[in-house]
Amino acid sequence: MNPRMARGDAKPKEAGNGGGSAEHLLALRGFSKSFGPVRALHEVDFEVDSGEIVALVGDNGAGKSTLIKAIDGVQPPDAGQAYFDGKPVRISDPRTAERMGIATVFQDLALCDNLDVVANLFLGKEVVGHNNVPVHLMDEVEMEQRSKQLLEDLSVTTLGSVRTTVGSLSGGQRQSVAIARTMVGEPKVILFDEPTAALGVSQTAQVLALVKRLADEGLGVVMISHNLDDVFQVADRIIVLRLGERVATFDREKTTPDQVVSSITGADTAEMRRLENE
Amino acid sequence: MEGGAAAQLRMFSKEARSGIFGRIARGELGVLQVLIGLALIWTVFQLANDRFLSAVNLTNLMLQITAVGTISVGVVLVLLLGEIDLSIGAVSGLAAGVMGVLTVQHGLSPELAILAGLLVGTAIGLFNGFMVTYFGIPSFVVTLAGLLAWQGALLAVLGKTGTINFPPSTITDLTSTFYGAGVGWTLAVAVTAATLASGLMTRRRRQAADLEPPPLAGILLRTVAVGVAVFVAVAILLSDRGIPLAVLILLVLVAGFAFITQRTRFGRHIYAVGGNAEAARRAGIKINRVRIMVFMLGSTLAAAGGILAASRLISVNQASGSGDLLLDAIAGPVIAGTSLFGGRGSVWTALLGALVIGSISNGMDLLGLNSDVKYMITGGVLLAAVTLDALARRQRSQVQVT
Repeated sequence: MNPRMARGDAKPKEAGNGGGSAEHLLALRGFSKSFGPVRALHEVDFEVDSGEIVALVGDNGAGKSTLIKAIDGVQPPDAGQAYFDGKPVRISDPRTAERMGIATVFQDLALCDNLDVVANLFLGKEVVGHNNVPVHLMDEVEMEQRSKQLLEDLSVTTLGSVRTTVGSLSGGQRQSVAIARTMVGEPKVILFDEPTAALGVSQTAQVLALVKRLADEGLGVVMISHNLDDVFQVADRIIVLRLGERVATFDREKTTPDQVVSSITGADTAEMRRLENE
Repeated sequence: MEGGAAAQLRMFSKEARSGIFGRIARGELGVLQVLIGLALIWTVFQLANDRFLSAVNLTNLMLQITAVGTISVGVVLVLLLGEIDLSIGAVSGLAAGVMGVLTVQHGLSPELAILAGLLVGTAIGLFNGFMVTYFGIPSFVVTLAGLLAWQGALLAVLGKTGTINFPPSTITDLTSTFYGAGVGWTLAVAVTAATLASGLMTRRRRQAADLEPPPLAGILLRTVAVGVAVFVAVAILLSDRGIPLAVLILLVLVAGFAFITQRTRFGRHIYAVGGNAEAARRAGIKINRVRIMVFMLGSTLAAAGGILAASRLISVNQASGSGDLLLDAIAGPVIAGTSLFGGRGSVWTALLGALVIGSISNGMDLLGLNSDVKYMITGGVLLAAVTLDALARRQRSQVQVT
């Protein structure tokens, strides 16, 4: 398969007035972003469907994080059009993205260690009780109930009490809480930035299972990862970025890690290995 | 269904392990530790001088801690943010000075003068918060500058006279009003009943929501503990001059701000900013607004403390708000378990800390000790308390690893 073909495919769709994007949950067309003279993204197309896990891979500086930041509104692109549910949208800031249903699980988790699981899950979205008091009294019972339900739905059972302080949880548990937290806003697309970095083997398995479950429930999942093992375990499609351009798209079932690696590095490693052996 | 049951079982076993003894070992029951420490201090001083636990002296003790305790409430709020306010002493003096000049020299009504004093605090807090958030200057530096500047402002406000004495008025009434048996017992009954009612209501709500309810025994134990404490305190105060208004003001402030920090969104956001400001920001919390609000509350409470201190001394002078007031107000909550690094602690530590420091100071005064010894002992207690806290924290982080 010629990797360049994948990108070529997308071009005519864009020309068709976004009509080709209608079938996707989220589609980006021609996203570009420069930082001064540095071209971080160049004419990148991207799409994720409901129930699909798309892995975004590439070397350092390939533009993965820039693309994620363009999707979740943290850093809007210089040029390009986004489509959500087939409709053209402008994701100008994180709030807009959140309202639209795009949530991000950050690499550094962004949890408050001093607060318990419930407080972290509802941070900034605290449920305020229906009372006549002028101050915003929190409805702890409601929040705790919903937290338990949420964690149960995600099959996160390793937490113990939801009143445990997050600072006392393990890395995998914290990641689970961070993921569950994005679900409080009931998103349709969820973006992961290196969800398994710095996790042990069994914790990685836990988190990947959770990622899979989200897709099974119909969410569109986008996952940045350096770890091809993880990618091949869960991803449906693998999109490769190199130097700010989308250079290849692989169907996980019809590809091998070697092919992906060669696409990431820009060298045909299989070919090289064959040459070395001779 | 089966999965849910298994999860619940796991949860219960975890809950059991985090029972009361485990929590003591990890230093999570800070309040209990402080109470034990306080009991120890009281025992030592009672043995050294049997007037220490007399009704007269305990009433004096309570009156002595009202000003510092009130300032400490604001200190706790600022510490929860992970910030510090070193200008609280100077602000308390300036607020009292403004109040005094307005009412005594300019004939403003005492009530309006009190309000003006409080507003001086609010305005300074707004300034501090603005400098910290807008210019990104560390609160340590901003308020250190304030410590000097507001002391100077007090001297300027007082002018040549240097001292202002208050005639009897609302201002002096703040610390010289005592309520009798009717008010005392009504309050005792009300507080006990409220403790029981809130415990039972929480239990009922959690049961209705199918959440694990707090054990009935715990609610009853709590009610009995609070009830005994309140009734004994009222009985002691009534056997001397009565229930001091100033003490009621302090208790209402402590209980009120404890409620705000624990039950409202604003309070939750204070803890979040102190715990991880970046996480709070990403969660959509307007962290600068929270910071400015807290600095305003902190300085306003400092002003309130200054007004209470002036009321008790029946005067304001050039030394108002100086001396060890600043350090006592910060050391108290820290001794009682509020972290200097933000996000951990409770408003109740303002009261407990003020009681500990006040008891030591009062006890040593009864023994006729000099300032040299007093300062060194108070410093030693502060160091010991913080060391214990650090040890507990190390224990906690070891638990986390396993």
